[in-house]
Amino acid sequence: MLIKNKGKNHLTEAQVTDESIYHQRRDVIKKMGFVGAGGLFTSSTVANTNLFSLFTREAKPLFKTRPLDYKAAILDEQKRTPETKVISHNNFYEFGTKKSDPVENAQHLQVKPWQLKIHGEVNKPFALNYDDLYKHLALEERIYRLRCVEAWSMVIPWLGFSLAKLIQQADPTSDAKYVAFETLHDKDQMPGQRRRFGGINYPYVEGLRIDEAMNPLSFLAVGLYGKTLPPQNGAPIRLVVPWKYGFKSIKSIVSIKLVKHQPPTSWNKLAPQEYGFYANVNPSVSHPRWSQASERRITSGGLFDRNRIATLPFNGYGDEVAYLYKDMDLKKYF
Amino acid sequence: MKLQVKLKTKDKIILLKTALHCILFTPAVWVFYLAVQDLLGADPVQAIIHFTGLSALKVLILGLVISPLAPKVKFIPLMQIRRLVGLYAFFYACLHLLSFFTFDLQLDWPLLLSEIVKRPYITVGMFSWLVLLILSVTSAMFIRRKLGKRWQSLHNLVYITVPIAVLHFYWSLKSGWIEPAIYLLITFILLSFRRKKLQRTFSLRGGFT
Repeated sequence: MLIKNKGKNHLTEAQVTDESIYHQRRDVIKKMGFVGAGGLFTSSTVANTNLFSLFTREAKPLFKTRPLDYKAAILDEQKRTPETKVISHNNFYEFGTKKSDPVENAQHLQVKPWQLKIHGEVNKPFALNYDDLYKHLALEERIYRLRCVEAWSMVIPWLGFSLAKLIQQADPTSDAKYVAFETLHDKDQMPGQRRRFGGINYPYVEGLRIDEAMNPLSFLAVGLYGKTLPPQNGAPIRLVVPWKYGFKSIKSIVSIKLVKHQPPTSWNKLAPQEYGFYANVNPSVSHPRWSQASERRITSGGLFDRNRIATLPFNGYGDEVAYLYKDMDLKKYF
Repeated sequence: MKLQVKLKTKDKIILLKTALHCILFTPAVWVFYLAVQDLLGADPVQAIIHFTGLSALKVLILGLVISPLAPKVKFIPLMQIRRLVGLYAFFYACLHLLSFFTFDLQLDWPLLLSEIVKRPYITVGMFSWLVLLILSVTSAMFIRRKLGKRWQSLHNLVYITVPIAVLHFYWSLKSGWIEPAIYLLITFILLSFRRKKLQRTFSLRGGFT
């Protein structure tokens, strides 16, 4: 049953920029190229455009999302990030490193068929196929803050189920101390994975300690804003761990493996001095490139939106998760 | 082309400068308009900062193209537009810094100061901006005349500022180096046209006076 969710903080359609206008404006900007030589430096999509295509937009077949049935979240006062922004401002390097790349390059991702394996140190390994993702467990809505390590944040209504419930079904053994996650590895579909030099070694991998994974906040999302996930947000299934920086919330997952030892994680492998395994949101531990003391909350405002707010320890979820780290030096285990 | 042949050198320069104003000023107005209207992607702040920063770098590199190009196209008066291009590079660098401070840090002075000190990429970015500031101020004709020979030495600083601006760009990236490497390559190619001059400036004279 679809439970409609109409709270006073629910954004109306009128507040959200019409998606087509939004894309048109973006295109015009890109096609401006800027000072001729710009085309030489930027991506081929810019280089290939010319003045004649400036005001025409070739229709790109967009990935089809569909509405889901779910139990709605209890409403809170937080202003949500508009859906158009949630689905167009993404860090998903498999589809390019610019925030606008995933929405442009991910639309052809094939999610059907899909297979998500839950295996490793478990007594009952199993796999979910595409249809199972939406019906194996009842879907619920969770409105979480997402804090990117780059010091911006969003408020997103996810749909999905608790990670703990799924792991429990596999019956972990006593050797299951960590959980290792892996993104789809498919160079044909994911252009970012074809890059030979520099950057992440694919497939993208992430990990949690078992007690972190079993915390009720840890969530597997299959949708957002009432519909299935678009590919740029990690279709068909992604992790959401709201007290950690966004890069922990791995997208388009094909494997959840219970393991004995701390698994490698992608950003940590790339720059261990910058990104730790834990990556808990922590205003008192700076990243070499960003002070983490505050953040810019992305909502519906434009350039003059005064949206810089203080960052809270554990992204404000300390009551739920601080106990997990009570004897740890979080400056060392960042 | 035929049109150009009929024009006097002075008119050509005026035309070129007018075109440069149009090409270099319009994008700034346009992106700020879109950003204020919240039509510049999900995070207009980041978009503005990236756009103005990369524009500053591109215009700076454009400035390096002029002096090797002028003799090749047999149009030495082209050199007269160098100052305008340089000033536009500074213009975009100012918009970049102002956007960072106004829209990203939202006028938090203590945060700005601590970021300049603590973040190496911002330190080198500030250095580049300061050099551009000095070069822009001293680009006024009467100061140029006053400085005499020292003016050229001072303005040779641009040759180290461009690679430092690229370093600022490279350090600001979370991963990857291909894009900054392309800028650096183009910069070195443009600097290689000035090999002899650079050797004179940096090794024989042992620096700036």
